[in-house]
Amino acid sequence: MRKVKDRVFIALLGTSVLLILAILVVLIANIAYHGARQVTWEFITQPPRDGLMAGGIFPAIVGTAALVILMSVVAVPLGVATAIYLHEYTPAEGLTLAWRRFKASKGRPGRGRLLARAASALLATVTRSAVANLAGVPSIVFGLFGLGFFIQFIGRNIDRVTQPPGEVLWGQGSLLWAACTLALLTLPTVIVATEEALRTVPQDLREASLALGATQWETIRRVVLPGSLSGILTGAILGISRGAGEVAPILFTGAAYYLPYLPTDVTDQFMHLGYHVLILSTQSPDVEATKPLLYGTVFVLLALTFLLNIAGVLIRTRTRSRGSR
Amino acid sequence: MTTTNPAIEVRDFNFFYGDNKVLHDIALDIPQKQVTAFIGPSGCGKSTFLRSINRMNDIIPGARVEGRISLGGQDLYAPGVDVVSLRRRVGMVFQKSNPFPKSIYENVAYGLRIAGESDKRVLDSTIERSLQRAALWDEVKDRLNASALALSGGQQQRLCIARALAVDPEVLLMDEPASALDPIATQKIEELVYELKNNYTIVIVTHNMQQAARVSQRTAFFMLGKLVEFDDTRTIFMTPKEKLTEDYITGRFG
Repeated sequence: MRKVKDRVFIALLGTSVLLILAILVVLIANIAYHGARQVTWEFITQPPRDGLMAGGIFPAIVGTAALVILMSVVAVPLGVATAIYLHEYTPAEGLTLAWRRFKASKGRPGRGRLLARAASALLATVTRSAVANLAGVPSIVFGLFGLGFFIQFIGRNIDRVTQPPGEVLWGQGSLLWAACTLALLTLPTVIVATEEALRTVPQDLREASLALGATQWETIRRVVLPGSLSGILTGAILGISRGAGEVAPILFTGAAYYLPYLPTDVTDQFMHLGYHVLILSTQSPDVEATKPLLYGTVFVLLALTFLLNIAGVLIRTRTRSRGSR
Repeated sequence: MTTTNPAIEVRDFNFFYGDNKVLHDIALDIPQKQVTAFIGPSGCGKSTFLRSINRMNDIIPGARVEGRISLGGQDLYAPGVDVVSLRRRVGMVFQKSNPFPKSIYENVAYGLRIAGESDKRVLDSTIERSLQRAALWDEVKDRLNASALALSGGQQQRLCIARALAVDPEVLLMDEPASALDPIATQKIEELVYELKNNYTIVIVTHNMQQAARVSQRTAFFMLGKLVEFDDTRTIFMTPKEKLTEDYITGRFG
């Protein structure tokens, strides 16, 4: 009887694994089969024509690339800096212990330092839970936040100061604000991955550097960051590739239905592969006629995301084999 | 005993981890250009005390000190002391060799580079001199650009010594520098320590009493966070004054 249960259980596990594999295979095979044949030189180098019923997706590729690059420029430095602060500068003993030590130090000299430590530990705790919560926010909420905060608050106020009355330059959807919104979505991934990478640098290397008269920042710059660079890059790329496929955050912050020109400035609107998929599948007057275009676009989007993921995995495996000492 | 001023003077030194007092009223004078050994059973506080001399304990959460350690008359724990420049004067070699995952050359150059030295000739000559002093030059001179991690354990530890010597410290602290090495590599380190005392004040923590007897001129015996006895190494090993010291060095405990 127990043997039968065992077998049933193994069979159930096997079935779920197969099911997941099957879904993935069907998804990719379907898109590859229908999509690959659409991807001609014309398709990836020409703009859409005839009310999006024909032509290519060149502006959407350019827009997506520009958006992703700009987003990385915002998200990676901010995320890495946050992770360095959290991992290298906040008290390792945590909030509870830091506070207890401060309370226990009554009447001793050097209490201010302990209070500062406790405050720093509190800031770290708050930041960490903020990061964790940020990761759980639905992406459409990021989109609304971007519209409300970046465009209507920051953008409008920049306009008020820098533009003639009635003129709108910053207070509307644009590459910049969409990139900032996407960066917020990507930040938690970058922060968590960077902290993970910093953790892999052995403590005795930090001590070796400090004992040679290096400051903490010199130690971070010359020992900790070089030792964790590939881990940081991997995390950043995986975060970026997730951000690259998101549509909801850019819906209200800068993605355009159709543009007759390519974006040349961060204040320009842009076309985007993911948004283009949404448009093609919901706004077309003849669904059957746009289907090949839709497949082609999805194929290109998937291929770009996969490329990023593969790059991330490659960097990670290369470091693993090199990292053993 | 010594004719010159002591290199390091310690008075009423107490050390706490949180509420835990781990060093009690330590007082001793570490002489210049000699080897001083710290011995004692595990957990007696000898390593903690060693790490107090270059303030490496500062990075440990909850660490707190009372009393005074002075180097050349300057109180190391006085407010306003620059820990970074202190650590240039007091070098350290750790129990586990910890070369950076860089080339041999860059490991030794590290301390010089952060001090702002970029003149290739100065770097080259300092690196050669440091590696020679650490008795490693002949083994690595043809592969200075090879990774330090490719060296054997004993070579790595001598590289760490060369790295510490390159910034020209006055004092060299060694925390059980040979405890992870085989007998031959250990012997090389011991010969090196004996040699280095001509130019540096050396403080070495060791579990190995023969090692203390072989390399040091002065020995301090610690137990349960207290300094039990501090005297010439010969005296400590031949005619200790304290019963505890005698019991320890004759192997009755520890």
